[in-house]
Amino acid sequence: MTPLTKEQLVKRIAQEIKSGYVVNLGIGMPTLVANYIPKGVDVVLQSENGILGLGPFPDEQDLDPDLINAGKQTVTVLPGSSFFSSADSFAMIRGGHIDLTVLGAMQVDEKGNLANWMIPGKMVKGMGGAMDLVAGTKRIIVAMQHCDKKTGEKKGPKKMHAPPHRGWSGKLNCQ
Amino acid sequence: MNQKIYKSADEAITDVCDGATIMFGGFGLCGIPENLIAALKKKGTKNLTCISNNAGVSDFGLGLVMANHQIKKMIASYVGENDIFEKQFLSGELEVELCPQGTFSERIRAGGAGIPAFYTATGVGTLVAEGKETKTFDGRVYLMERALKADFAFVKAWKGDSYGNLIYRKTTRNFNPMMATAAKVTIAEVEEIVPLGSLEPDQIHTPGIYVKRLIKGEKYVKRIENKTVAVNP
Repeated sequence: MTPLTKEQLVKRIAQEIKSGYVVNLGIGMPTLVANYIPKGVDVVLQSENGILGLGPFPDEQDLDPDLINAGKQTVTVLPGSSFFSSADSFAMIRGGHIDLTVLGAMQVDEKGNLANWMIPGKMVKGMGGAMDLVAGTKRIIVAMQHCDKKTGEKKGPKKMHAPPHRGWSGKLNCQ
Repeated sequence: MNQKIYKSADEAITDVCDGATIMFGGFGLCGIPENLIAALKKKGTKNLTCISNNAGVSDFGLGLVMANHQIKKMIASYVGENDIFEKQFLSGELEVELCPQGTFSERIRAGGAGIPAFYTATGVGTLVAEGKETKTFDGRVYLMERALKADFAFVKAWKGDSYGNLIYRKTTRNFNPMMATAAKVTIAEVEEIVPLGSLEPDQIHTPGIYVKRLIKGEKYVKRIENKTVAVNP
């Protein structure tokens, strides 16, 4: 089977988004999903650093260092948007008010455990908001490509060597 | 009322001593107390425990203090943008407590609100849960997480008045309001100090009771970490 391209993958995920959803898109490939939300589907995007009603990237003249998304990218907001603190943002997430989240991951196993924040002794980045999103969101999609860019190693092995997030049941879109 | 206003960042942090625990507001480089961080680097205070969502980048934000080997321990949720962090951590120089971001923000909120601990489902069954008490409520397992407090909180706001009332702008708010409540001494730096009475009481994000010292930041670089513009067809 030919693996899906990154574009095909994010297009496919975008089809899962329904009108009325509040959606949190993770950093990297998940962010691209926003470009493919079908016309007429009315969604509100949440960014965990304190935005509800995220808009597209700004034009050069509208860049504002005080307005970024969770990937630290400059963004805009849409009419009806709001800003709030990180405690409020995660109350929203943990409290089950977000309908869908799309996350990246380093590895996913066959049971749907995902690993995305450290490799013991080699790399440590931190989990950011991913564990809270996994614990609190109604539906979770993991967006990742099947093979590691550098090593060609499959990212969906039976046993992981990076410590996982566990205890969630998400829908997996892993190609 | 003017006794809260200090002349400079240097003057506002004179009593920050070696071994202090300090909270730093900001998400990435957005809404960080740039001037207080610069003063802390200049002061050279050592063995600090720093509570900050991120660790800056290697040449800006909290990364400046880290590169100067002033930090003994970091409590953070995501540190992936700072190479020095990874080096100091893997070599054992830096002690690190990584905490999920929602748990991190709630621990600080709880610290300021007089709540010693709380339960959350975040992190159950992961490394984060190691050594922590769990309890089952309504059939779901939750972890007990302890509140965070600090000796000092360095926060950044847009506008402030002489009583210490603060208003943040856009996504610079992030962790600043909770941190302002959770330290013995909260030091706020603002872009503009406005006359008492000119901030609309309905619009104030941090009531002045929490702010002990206030400075007008000398200058703001507001470095953009990841400049992204629209791709126009």
